[in-house]
Amino acid sequence: MTSEAGTTPDGIPRRRVASPRTPWPIAVPAGLAVAFLLVPLAGMLIRAPWGQLSRILAETQAVEALRLSLICATCATVISLILGVPLAWVLARSRARGTRYLRALVTLPLVLPPVVGGVALLLAYGRVGIVGSHLDRWFGLTLPFTTVAVVIAETFVAMPFLIVSVEGALRSGDRGLEEAAATLGSRAFATFRRVTLPQVLPSIAAGSVLCWARALGEFGATITFAGNLPGVTQTMPGAVYRAFETDPPAAVALSLVLLTVSVTVLVLLRDRWLRPGADV
Amino acid sequence: MRTDGRTDGTGRSEQGLAAQVSVVRGALTVRARLDVKPGEILAVLGPNGAGKTTLLRAFSGLLAIDAGTISVGTSVWDDPGRGIFVPPTERRVGVVFQDYRLFPHLSVVDNVAFAARSRGAPRRQAREHAAGVLERLGIASLAGYRPRRLSGGQAQRVALARALASDPALLLLDEPLAALDVRTRLEIRGELRRYLAAFHGPSVLVTHDPLEAMIIADRILVLEEGEVVQQGTPAEVARRPATDYVAHLVGLNLYRGTLADRTTRRIDLDDGSSLYAAGADPQDPAGGRLLPMVGTRMSVAVPPTAISLYTREPDAGSARNVWTGVVTQLELLADRVRVGVEGHPDALVDITPAALTALGLDVGRRVWLSAKATEVVAYPAA
Repeated sequence: MTSEAGTTPDGIPRRRVASPRTPWPIAVPAGLAVAFLLVPLAGMLIRAPWGQLSRILAETQAVEALRLSLICATCATVISLILGVPLAWVLARSRARGTRYLRALVTLPLVLPPVVGGVALLLAYGRVGIVGSHLDRWFGLTLPFTTVAVVIAETFVAMPFLIVSVEGALRSGDRGLEEAAATLGSRAFATFRRVTLPQVLPSIAAGSVLCWARALGEFGATITFAGNLPGVTQTMPGAVYRAFETDPPAAVALSLVLLTVSVTVLVLLRDRWLRPGADV
Repeated sequence: MRTDGRTDGTGRSEQGLAAQVSVVRGALTVRARLDVKPGEILAVLGPNGAGKTTLLRAFSGLLAIDAGTISVGTSVWDDPGRGIFVPPTERRVGVVFQDYRLFPHLSVVDNVAFAARSRGAPRRQAREHAAGVLERLGIASLAGYRPRRLSGGQAQRVALARALASDPALLLLDEPLAALDVRTRLEIRGELRRYLAAFHGPSVLVTHDPLEAMIIADRILVLEEGEVVQQGTPAEVARRPATDYVAHLVGLNLYRGTLADRTTRRIDLDDGSSLYAAGADPQDPAGGRLLPMVGTRMSVAVPPTAISLYTREPDAGSARNVWTGVVTQLELLADRVRVGVEGHPDALVDITPAALTALGLDVGRRVWLSAKATEVVAYPAA
């Protein structure tokens, strides 16, 4: 049969099938998953107060909150890049015994409820926190309930996404190239900059998007550590939360704005960097 | 003797490689002692897992040896006894990796300029130098390409250019032709020999292909299970293989036995059969007139082309070695058919495809073999 797979017994070429049918035990749950994920989004679009959209956006602190959200999420992503990529390198390359545990600890915020993260941040950097009390006493710096606190909270929650993504790429990356660089006289840091970094750039880009998206949507840690003061620490999720208590249609409108921004950024980045096998 | 292990810039090209190493890699311990003179090409030949690549990694500094020394000229690169280890970045080795390891994000010219850039040369100067190397190797037209657009042969040339461009004191090549298709391999093989011959320093080439070793190298070192089993010129290794592996590689029938009669030059083989060996040992200055004592352990080599094959018992001719066996395999080589015969002793016989048809050979067929005593070469076993 194997040698005759392309023809029927009469020798007539058989129609080639491009891909096998999806078996129903896979197709049915997959379909349910699609419905489950998309129905809420559809609900939002259907129930959105389209007619009053401009009024709501003008009356609420929407523009201010959106501006703050974008700035803080971007700052958090930049900080995550500066600190997180080197940490990912250490986690991927270090052969020290504690590395395994270190990795588990620094990626803990991935599974930690954000509100718990916020409490932890308060205990560390709050006015009476273990670090915060010194900041207050020595420099007169108070972090909680400032815009800086928003950035700190978002970084705390979002940086692990970048670390995990970049570390995976470094791990599976081709160490042979680094060896080749060494035989060509390239020292460790130069090799990192000139060989390793370009190899993992697609993963850094993907990790940054994840990190940014996570920071943009951050709510629990932010509201605990930074509060929800309009114009200072109120980001879009905070604004949605506040609106939902007083003016539900406004909450839907704000949610729509956040959704639009997220999707737009994701699509733009996808075209630019996140294509599978993209040549960076 | 300099002991700081640094290479100095003067007279580097006049310096040979001297190594006596012992490296433990898991269950395998690689032990080798070798010297490669400036301008000489040494091929390390051996089966997979023999420790060839381990040896190269030790020379390049990607692996520290456990005992012994590695030095090029007066610069000591590795000497655990004295606590000296020069990292690869400071060794000035040029390495052509089996999978080339070209930097995918850099153009060909920037790949070749990489070493100069690593050593602090300005970009323009490094590129000019690299362009010169590409020119010399006849691949200047590839300068702007990314590695992924190169064919296997082109990538191989670029990898060699990159290694040579670093102005190495020692050139190391790990199975440089293994990744190429047969046609490209033939083309590059001759070319590689030319470029290596033009290189002033010592070169070490690792390969499992005996033909590649014979054509490219000045000298061959055979490595089996981490141990050096033979060292010599290609001709020496081909004519007097030290082990079955080498004999099989160079396509020789190799038997072992003891010298039984000095007059008739009969050698009793270990499987109970005998062969008369009157061929001249190429290594023997006396031309085979001085045989060792009766009872001496001997290796007996018979080229597959020196054996005649018959489907019925041949008439008594001039051949003194006649025996019978059963065909166990037929292997089509480039221009001939290699017939495996099980008998006493077993033999590989090369015949032409025409002869195969004429004889009507097939696996399981009984055949008679004959070999002239003058074509059978015996020499004291290693």
